[in-house]
Amino acid sequence: MNNTKMMTRIKRAKRVDHVMTGVFFAIGGFFLCLIIVLAAYIIIKGILSYYPGVFAFNAQGIGNQLFNTIYLVFLSLVISVPIGVMAGIYMAEYAKPGRVTKFIRISIESLSSLPSIVVGLFGYLVFILMTGARWNLMAGALAVSILSLPSITTTTEDAMRSLPKSYKAGSMALGATHWVTIVRVLLPACLPRIITGVILAAGRGFGEAAALLYTAGQSTRINWANWNLTSPTCPLNPFRPGETLALHIWVMRTEGSLNPNSEKIANFSAAVLVILVLAFSLTARIMTKRINQKQVGSKA
Amino acid sequence: MTISGTSENIEQKNTADLCIKVENLHLYYGQFHALKGINMEIPEHEITALIGPSGCGKSTFLKTLNRMNDLEEGVRIEGKVTLNGTDIYRDMDAIELRKRVGMVFQQPNPFPKSVYENVAYGPRINGINRKSELDEIVERSLRQAAIWDELKDRLYKSALGLSGGQQQRLCIARTLAVEPEVILMDEPTSALDPISTSRIEDLAMDLKKDYTIVIVTHNMQQASRISDNTAFFLLGELIEYNKTEKLFSIPADKRTEDYITGRFG
Repeated sequence: MNNTKMMTRIKRAKRVDHVMTGVFFAIGGFFLCLIIVLAAYIIIKGILSYYPGVFAFNAQGIGNQLFNTIYLVFLSLVISVPIGVMAGIYMAEYAKPGRVTKFIRISIESLSSLPSIVVGLFGYLVFILMTGARWNLMAGALAVSILSLPSITTTTEDAMRSLPKSYKAGSMALGATHWVTIVRVLLPACLPRIITGVILAAGRGFGEAAALLYTAGQSTRINWANWNLTSPTCPLNPFRPGETLALHIWVMRTEGSLNPNSEKIANFSAAVLVILVLAFSLTARIMTKRINQKQVGSKA
Repeated sequence: MTISGTSENIEQKNTADLCIKVENLHLYYGQFHALKGINMEIPEHEITALIGPSGCGKSTFLKTLNRMNDLEEGVRIEGKVTLNGTDIYRDMDAIELRKRVGMVFQQPNPFPKSVYENVAYGPRINGINRKSELDEIVERSLRQAAIWDELKDRLYKSALGLSGGQQQRLCIARTLAVEPEVILMDEPTSALDPISTSRIEDLAMDLKKDYTIVIVTHNMQQASRISDNTAFFLLGELIEYNKTEKLFSIPADKRTEDYITGRFG
């Protein structure tokens, strides 16, 4: 009798297990579909909006905006990756538990949930008004860096903390200093996870609009024949205004709608942006895999 | 009784053969008194085994010999440990000490790097960067650790893909590459199967020609098989320290006898 009771219990447990497995598969499938449908919709609509000259470096094309986007993301990563990674190392390896560390952690968490428009206006105040500069890419890159710093810091810290303690002990026991241990053993060991954090940060840069509104500006006036870095029309001058793709989409659907091609430009820009982010993540992941293989050596 | 027996044995040897001398060593973890007045002389080119039940302080004691406990918070040490006459806590830098006193851990802990890079790591951080020199050190260390033949064709593959026993011998090779004087082993075979264990034991006996070895072990058979001297620890005290065959055949202390005959532990 006891036996039958146990059998029914096992049966019930199994049934619940099946149901829950199904639920999780359904949720996973739903999100997969959502992403595919969304990406497909944007890309197809973009392709349908194609017209000759859409890539041109003028008001009818998005060439300049595409370049600005890549350049701005590059600048922001140059700023945020070293600072973020070093902050993460500090939090994982040097910060002693206590009030100061707690305060820093709360600050990082608050920073990561700041609305981007607030950061944009802060950037406008500090990087534009207080420096007396015009809109410029560097100000935009700094604003985006503020947004991406917390995620780079947190991923680096988590990655360092998740490493086995034995790596550090092994290295120290060989007579390595703390710093050498960090640079030669710990950082390389968590590089893949740090790169994931950098990808997310870059994604933030690609997609950001609000924080750039009053920092990088909504205009681009560059001369592709001018390579004098100090000139405001030189494409590589980081202290010139530069509108990014994400912002361009917004502008094209609002005040820029006087442009007869505005809708097509917005659609196409969206598609290019999606592809850009995808391409960036894929390249970064392939690169990580390569670096990892070179360093760790292939398994078995 | 025990103490006089100890000094008698060690004093027969020339003092030049003395490697590590521990005098009245106390260690505290915060309020906890983990090591209580340890006195011990560890002779050169011999294997000294530290035995005792879990929590008796043998691993803690081992870590005081290369100052790995410096890395832990709230550890306080009193007393004196000398390596060839130099006080390792007052007159020696911890980094220099750890180059001279290497350590093999309980769990094999190769770095997530290739076999070659694992062994070359120690020499590299000491400023050796020439490929030919590193090649030579890597081969010599792996040969010394009796694992060259097994690994010579997979030097550039991940060390994480090796078996546990291979990983542990690789870790020994990594320690040897720094050319230490002393090798500390903290239960190096407790995570390994019997065949890997006997390989590590053979290796330890081989290595004592050139190195002084201090090994913590849970396994009394292992201590009696491979060591020249054995120290029995209990609740933070060194109960008995003697030549291994004497300690196991005619233990001087009742507690040692109880432990080695399996009455507790």
